[in-house]
Amino acid sequence: MAEPESSTAAAGAGGSRLRNAFGGVLCAFTLLLIGVLAFSIRLFSVIKYESVIHEFDPYFNYRVTQFLSKNGIYEFWNWFDDRTWYPLGRVIGGTVYPGLTLTAGTIWWLVNSLNIPLSVETVCVFTAPIFSANASWATYLLTKEAKGTGAGLMAAAILAMVPSYISRSVAGSYDNEAVAIFALIFTFYLYVKTLNTGSLFYATLNALSYFYMVCSWGGYTFIINLIPMHVLLCIVTGRYSSRLYIAYAPLVILGTLLAALVPVVGFNAVMTSEHFASFLVFIILHVVALVYYIKGLLTPRLFKVAMTLVISVGLAVCFAVVAILVALVASSPTKGWSGRSLSLLDPTYASKYIPIIASVSEHQPPTWPSYFMDINVLAFLVPAGIISCFLPLSDASSFVVLYLVTAVYFSGVMVRLMLVLAPAACILSGIALSEAFNVLTRSIKCQLAKLFDDSPAASGDSSAESSSASTSSTNSAKNENRSEKSETAPKEKPSKKNRKKDKEVAESIPAKHKKEKKLLVLPMEASVMGILLLIVLGGFYVVHCVWAAAEAYSAPSIVLTSRSREGLHVFDDFREAYAWLSHNTDVDDKVASWWDYGYQTTAMANRTVIVDNNTWNNTHIATVGTAMSSPEKAAWEIFNSLDVKYVLVVFGGLVGYPSDDINKFLWMVRIGGGVFPHIKEPDYLRDGNYRVDAQATPTMLNCLMYKLCYYRFVETDGKGFDRVRGYEIGKKHFKLTHFEEVFTTHHWMVRIYKLKPQKNRVRGKLKKLKSGSKTSSTIAAGRKKNPWQ
Amino acid sequence: MATQPPPPRRVAALLLVLVLVLVLVLVASASASASATSADLVVTRADRRVDLTSHIVRVLTSLKVENIGPEAASQVLLAFPNVQAKNLAAIRAFGMEGKVKGPSTVLPIEVVQPSGVPPELTFFSASLSKALEKGKILHMDVLTVFTHSLQPFPEEITQAESQLVVYQDSAHYLSPYPVKVQTLSIRLPGGRVESYTKYPNTKLAESELKYGPFEDRPPFSYSPMVVHFENNNPFAVAKEVIREIEISHWGNVQITEHYNIVHGGAKLKGEFSRIDYQSRPYVRGVSSFRHLIARLPPRAHSIYYRDEIGNISTSHMWSDSKKTQLEVEPRFPLFGGWQTTFTIGYGLPLQDFVFNSDGKRFLNITFGSPVEEILIENLIVKVVLPEGSKDIDVSVPFPAKQWKEVKYSHLDTSGRPVVVLEKPDVIPEHNLYFQVHYRFNNISVLREPMMLITGFFLLFMACIVYMHTDLSISKNSPSYLAKVQWDEVQNITQQIQAIFERCLALHDKLEASLRDLSRSGDVQSCKAARKAADAQFKELAKELKPLLTSLHSSPQSYQIWPKVEDLVAKERELQEKLMARHSTVVDSFEKKLRGQDVENRIATQQQKVAALRQEVESLLEYINSSRFPVDNPEAD
Repeated sequence: MAEPESSTAAAGAGGSRLRNAFGGVLCAFTLLLIGVLAFSIRLFSVIKYESVIHEFDPYFNYRVTQFLSKNGIYEFWNWFDDRTWYPLGRVIGGTVYPGLTLTAGTIWWLVNSLNIPLSVETVCVFTAPIFSANASWATYLLTKEAKGTGAGLMAAAILAMVPSYISRSVAGSYDNEAVAIFALIFTFYLYVKTLNTGSLFYATLNALSYFYMVCSWGGYTFIINLIPMHVLLCIVTGRYSSRLYIAYAPLVILGTLLAALVPVVGFNAVMTSEHFASFLVFIILHVVALVYYIKGLLTPRLFKVAMTLVISVGLAVCFAVVAILVALVASSPTKGWSGRSLSLLDPTYASKYIPIIASVSEHQPPTWPSYFMDINVLAFLVPAGIISCFLPLSDASSFVVLYLVTAVYFSGVMVRLMLVLAPAACILSGIALSEAFNVLTRSIKCQLAKLFDDSPAASGDSSAESSSASTSSTNSAKNENRSEKSETAPKEKPSKKNRKKDKEVAESIPAKHKKEKKLLVLPMEASVMGILLLIVLGGFYVVHCVWAAAEAYSAPSIVLTSRSREGLHVFDDFREAYAWLSHNTDVDDKVASWWDYGYQTTAMANRTVIVDNNTWNNTHIATVGTAMSSPEKAAWEIFNSLDVKYVLVVFGGLVGYPSDDINKFLWMVRIGGGVFPHIKEPDYLRDGNYRVDAQATPTMLNCLMYKLCYYRFVETDGKGFDRVRGYEIGKKHFKLTHFEEVFTTHHWMVRIYKLKPQKNRVRGKLKKLKSGSKTSSTIAAGRKKNPWQ
Repeated sequence: MATQPPPPRRVAALLLVLVLVLVLVLVASASASASATSADLVVTRADRRVDLTSHIVRVLTSLKVENIGPEAASQVLLAFPNVQAKNLAAIRAFGMEGKVKGPSTVLPIEVVQPSGVPPELTFFSASLSKALEKGKILHMDVLTVFTHSLQPFPEEITQAESQLVVYQDSAHYLSPYPVKVQTLSIRLPGGRVESYTKYPNTKLAESELKYGPFEDRPPFSYSPMVVHFENNNPFAVAKEVIREIEISHWGNVQITEHYNIVHGGAKLKGEFSRIDYQSRPYVRGVSSFRHLIARLPPRAHSIYYRDEIGNISTSHMWSDSKKTQLEVEPRFPLFGGWQTTFTIGYGLPLQDFVFNSDGKRFLNITFGSPVEEILIENLIVKVVLPEGSKDIDVSVPFPAKQWKEVKYSHLDTSGRPVVVLEKPDVIPEHNLYFQVHYRFNNISVLREPMMLITGFFLLFMACIVYMHTDLSISKNSPSYLAKVQWDEVQNITQQIQAIFERCLALHDKLEASLRDLSRSGDVQSCKAARKAADAQFKELAKELKPLLTSLHSSPQSYQIWPKVEDLVAKERELQEKLMARHSTVVDSFEKKLRGQDVENRIATQQQKVAALRQEVESLLEYINSSRFPVDNPEAD
């Protein structure tokens, strides 16, 4: 990596300006290339598959964006979606983080008002790559604030291709995180910038950027807790300054006010525990500021007196406030924390109390290989980065270290938060690499200088008795001289901005460097080897990233492919099923499926679903879970009471698609059983093992999910061999009494069943009498059977 | 489902209705026959061939018309019952006079309403290019194409059943003229024939049903016939097709077709079982169709096939020099009543479809969809002409509703003119060429690139201007002044630094001359070097003076000034010491002293010089660093 300042350090004062200008252009060009890299490395999914929205949540965001672009912003805020969570519906405008949608909607509007006909889908697909480029530029800015331009460029290049971030921001992965990571880094940058300059301008920008982050992602609580932590750290380590005050106080006030404007946050911004740390630190900061102010006014003796006074009063007030807060918080059942936050603080919380959070694979703790997969060599570079942040420790570098430490903790709790760790790891690795290159290239330079200087001196007379250090310094002076002459220093008056830029570029060169340079000289061979090894390391990283982007993270998950001898085989079953639903069922039909497929069904098939990926109503999901784990008749009753007409199940047994409903089934049982106790998990397990073969329990073999998945499956090969589970199924031949198959996709991955209509009651009188007595009995007994009666 | 009557009764009911209609027609015609025909024409022979192999019914009627009246006849009337006429998608007549077969001419056809005819009939008149004289014979071929004429019966079938349809027509040729000899042959797709109306000379052989010959029928004779048979050919019906043809004079005609296809046959009843369909697709699913074939023009490129939720991967393409054949398979097999939507898009080379003729350009392209055997219930063709096209003029070989729109796309400013043509019930017979004439200036092609170039140029200009202008609001605020002064100070310091560095370089030169002296012993050159150095030192001192005064006077230099002063003093001292040493060495060389003595004499001076030099250098460095104030955390 080109580091303009290292060359500047050697260059003379006259030449330095030109060099700085050159360095500035080089730096800008490098940043441009980094942006292009960040954008284009995410296009593998478009090239290998197609320009399509990926996975589950992006489909919802896409649908919301479509609505926004069609109906405008006011309709969007008031949007009550009746096509989901039937019969409850969902207030989309008030429950969605609107940042991503508004961003893409704005881009779409802008592009279309320029008469460039891009579809909403195209804009949505490419939003994530665009924001990855932005994020890498923000990383540059943040790292530059902490450790200078070289480290900034290094970090930006690393972030542009870190697999962890790629996994969430490939083209088509239209999810909140894609823009949120940019907003996160940019907010941190503005905070650090304010901290370094003490400028109110940046402080205001910081609040706005925080607002954008709040709009974009629930992860904003990370910011509003990390920054107070850093402020506290600064205060504790005696680094309080007016700059710190300016960096923090406006952020809390403006940021909280702005955050409360976002409907989904609203009064949560002042009422939930996630935000209390910031207010507490706000109070502490003011107390400290007061103390410093008084210290400046009073003589030391008086100050001591005042100090005790202020501390005692301050503590009393603090305790009072804290006590009130604690009382308030304790009065709420979850102690004012949301479930997800609680599971962050106590990693075992979710699995104990909220199976719905625990059932999501991205909420599981990561395994060690996933660290290697997601941040690769950065894991080894980070410690070096931490060390170099302590040499010397500044406000900015301490912030970076704090960010890393907290992010490491959170990533250890949830695999999804690996995403928050990635920028921190990139920044620190960038710093580490940049420092390492700095040291190594500098020592090579010194060695080379010595080499060239020594040879004429040796051939000359022996009068050169001065130390090698002074020789090298005279030599460098000579160099400066020469460079100055050759470059004919530009004498025209540079513009204000140029000079400012010069300053910025050059200000990161401490004056001590020249002296340190003389001290930190490594042997030539060692430094060359070191550089080579670092380059090899970087090469490994790049190869890994490209592989991850191309192979591991490019699949859109709604289209699957497999390579066989005849070539690429495409499994497009999901869209086949959704297209069928959308064209061949009535617009108002209700489709029941497990919540994973809710977003896709509403977005692609445009049919009303019972539950979807916004898991806001546990009971409702439990109802569907109960229906799936009940025998056919009970399930039919539940579904019928919900007006369901079609039931959709995902089945991978024929082609070996592992994340199908049978593998998710235990969660349905667990979540269903959590609300309706007559569903008991042990009923579905044989000796604690989950199986669907001949050993399976009768409850399992008679539940709806089993039947819908394996209906007539045995006829495919005569044995009913399930390729995912790897054995023959337990119950092979059975008939459906309350459901009929209406559609099964080409590879059987999606099967859609229709609820059979209720049988006609032909012999009226007799039946009516019977059923009358029956209903009266079911009212008493059926409470546990059918949750809707 | 429960309301459906059993089949035989239904057929009977249908027949009853038909008979009633017929009776009405006949009663009416009997009274009207005298006045209906203006000329005394007689159809001496009528052969009808009905093709029922696909879901589009094509009837080719060969007529031999003779004028037996006194007056020359200028038109021939063709009659259809209203039930048929409403399904009529196309009618074409070719006429040829004389006994021998010769070149036939297309006869223009229009709907007429002759007076005194029964309202249950619709009349078309084929105008003859040349009036038919008395006794002359006209050979006439009439091609009529009907849609929706095959009624699935039963209307709902299960997956495994094959589709049965009913076709109704008259066994006798319905004509306002007496018909002498006539035959009717119906081509069936093969397979089962459930039932057909039997008349005396009716014959069913292979897949051909023959009626006739019948002789000497009066005008308006009608005898209903029904055939109920198996037809599993794809009943592909497009509810609506929007075909957009966009001309770009950069060399491309882009065609985008949006289809909304439905299987128009008997509806699927009950389950769709994939296992049945997969194990025996031609038995269990015989009535469904899996794919459609589109014949695109040759040299079609960039073909895509998708729907609103993404690419559809099931399509195949073959191409040769005559055509490009595209087989598109919808996401799922279409059973009766199922529908789906998709979009096909492709590019065509401009020179194959747009031509020049006397200053105007014209597009010459087919009207209908390239998909084979598809019935389009409503076809909208949009021709998007390039921005700036004028004098637009359309010629379509059949009547179609047309209007104009404007479309904005790809940086358009005034929009592209769009010619929209709409036509219901479009069948493959409508795949005729139509023309759109327009004027277009070649320069307009460059409009958008030029716009982009100007846009970027202005952007960069704006950047340059922004970089070079001082946008401070207040020019005399203290902070602004301080900044200006600070810039000044920096500038001066930089110059001072440069001068000192040149001084140091001179010092080095002197040292070098001394080394040379010790090697070569050339006193003269050493002295010359000394002299040159002296002169240069003086010059530098002169240069330095104004800078120092201006620096001293600047209020912003209070931090730096003492250091600079210090630097000047130190440098002067260093210079003196160096000169002194130089002269000593030169002196001693002139006195031919031994090297050792020289060393001794200058040893102390040497040390002092080295120390001073170090000090000067560190001062320089300090000044260099203090040029940049301390908002960098590392600098302090």
